[in-house]
Amino acid sequence: MPTTAPSDPVQGLAAYSEVTASEASLRRFLHGLPGVDQVGAEARATGLGTRSIKTTSKAWALDLAIRMVDLTTLEGQDTPGKVRALASKALRPDPADPGCPSVAAVCVYGDMVGEVKAVVGDRVNVAAVATAFPSGRASMAIKLADTRDAVAAGADEIDMVIDRGAFLAGHYLQVFEEIVAVRDACARPDGSHAHLKVIFETGELQTYDNVRRASWLAMLAGSDFIKTSTGKVQPAATLPVTLVMLEAVRDFREATGVQIGVKPAGGIRTAKDAIKYLVMVNEIAGDDWLDPDWFRFGASTLLNDLLMQRTKMTTGRYSGPDYFTLD
Amino acid sequence: MARIDVRKTYKLYIGGAFPRSESGHSYEVTDSLGKFVANAALASRKDVRDAVVAARKAFGGWSARTAYNRGQVLYRIAEVMEDRRPQFEEAVKQSEGGTAAAARAQVDAAVDRLVWYAGWADKLAQVVGNANPVAGPFFNHSAPEPTGLVGVLAPQSSSLLGLVSVVAPVVVTGNTAVVVSSYDRPLPAVTFAEVLATSDVPGGVINILTGDAAALGPWLAAHMDVNAIDLAGVAGSTELATSLEVAAADNLKRVRRAPAAEPDWSADPGIGAMTAFVETKTVWHPIGI
Repeated sequence: MPTTAPSDPVQGLAAYSEVTASEASLRRFLHGLPGVDQVGAEARATGLGTRSIKTTSKAWALDLAIRMVDLTTLEGQDTPGKVRALASKALRPDPADPGCPSVAAVCVYGDMVGEVKAVVGDRVNVAAVATAFPSGRASMAIKLADTRDAVAAGADEIDMVIDRGAFLAGHYLQVFEEIVAVRDACARPDGSHAHLKVIFETGELQTYDNVRRASWLAMLAGSDFIKTSTGKVQPAATLPVTLVMLEAVRDFREATGVQIGVKPAGGIRTAKDAIKYLVMVNEIAGDDWLDPDWFRFGASTLLNDLLMQRTKMTTGRYSGPDYFTLD
Repeated sequence: MARIDVRKTYKLYIGGAFPRSESGHSYEVTDSLGKFVANAALASRKDVRDAVVAARKAFGGWSARTAYNRGQVLYRIAEVMEDRRPQFEEAVKQSEGGTAAAARAQVDAAVDRLVWYAGWADKLAQVVGNANPVAGPFFNHSAPEPTGLVGVLAPQSSSLLGLVSVVAPVVVTGNTAVVVSSYDRPLPAVTFAEVLATSDVPGGVINILTGDAAALGPWLAAHMDVNAIDLAGVAGSTELATSLEVAAADNLKRVRRAPAAEPDWSADPGIGAMTAFVETKTVWHPIGI
């Protein structure tokens, strides 16, 4: 691994072309990454979670957290009406307060992209899950068709799942090539490409070492964001897992000059939790990541709690769930 | 050899558990002569917040129970209180002073009051509900439904009978309660919480905070997720009571107003304390088709 940060991102990534050239070299590189100190990572995450964020800092953090939310609905029972209602909420989370910012994106299944787009236009991004979400068990042709469909329907961001089976079996190059292929499928006719988020499903990766390896693998393959979970598996996002991923994006930028975003998803339900994550982003990765372009929350119920806390800050009295929509 | 005193620091009762105050504060509780008895947790606004969340969570299940079942649960509280008579008598005597006989009489009255309200569980609908004669082919009837989450400022002087007399009528109809106990005399309320924890009351249905009603009242009165408030605990403080009523108006809380002075709790309570916290639901059901 190069020890100093190259000034040119292209050159920085090029330094790793040998690493990804063969199964053996990729394995050598990933297994050569320093191991994660599990106890240390958990203690550090717990320690950062005890910081007290109050008054103006809290107000700022709540607004930032709202702007970072990928408002998500990924249910078999999603109807077009429900998705449109969610899209309206994404635009104006708190109709009673015009000062409340919009969320970052609405995250839906690929076939609902059109419904969301019709409501939000270009004001909020539309993210679509693809590649046989959430299990990732389908042939490559189907995964790519899934991705192209969503991009053609107007998705701004694609959330893909990796093949955890292949990753756990040690077929790293296969996973790498899948991510590269999906990234190519994200290309639009005009030359731009939909942002690619790679979901690891950290709850199935067993160890923090694997999380670190998966992070580097996805970043080398050209993902724009790395994301913890689908939200369908417990445990979903946890503070220590996100900490390991934040360390990975920090180290990756140091090594290559390329900045990658992080998205914890699933299991973040309270404003208090969200603020713990923000503290960690600032302390581990740095304040360059404190921006909706570089850090996101995949959540649905979190937004209501953020709004309730925000209302408490502005009105000085506690609010209740009766005053916010259920989804 | 003299035994070393076990000095107790009691905790709050929220959601069926006994947490410390979020603030970490506690205060000294003295007996009627000013001698130290124990420490009690001093609840803060964040404990109010947590208690409201717990009470809201418990409301769905509690209000959906049959009235008969709620009556049984209240009766069970009375049974467990009866088992703890000596502890209650001691707590009442320490808190309020007076003779052992007076304390015993108050515990008797409190247990009887609970049994009395338990009996009302499946009878209130007969008394305040009605089959309404309407000019059309409808069977039309009205019945009481619980208001929701009720904040209760418990009486300051009557530490046990007063407490039971404001809490039992709230929960017997299916409401859940966040109760702020008497500030100077919290120990019977603490023992009552221990009774609740060991009887059949689901966690969160009754939450008991020991602390200052003047400090916690405004947060409870302004809380948008509280549906009603009983101001018995600020009886006599007209200005405070008025400000709480104003704060409660924001989300149209039902308010049971503070009396000018603390009433005689041993008097016949009537059903007013129950009907203050119910809504009337009227159903039109077509007939003759």
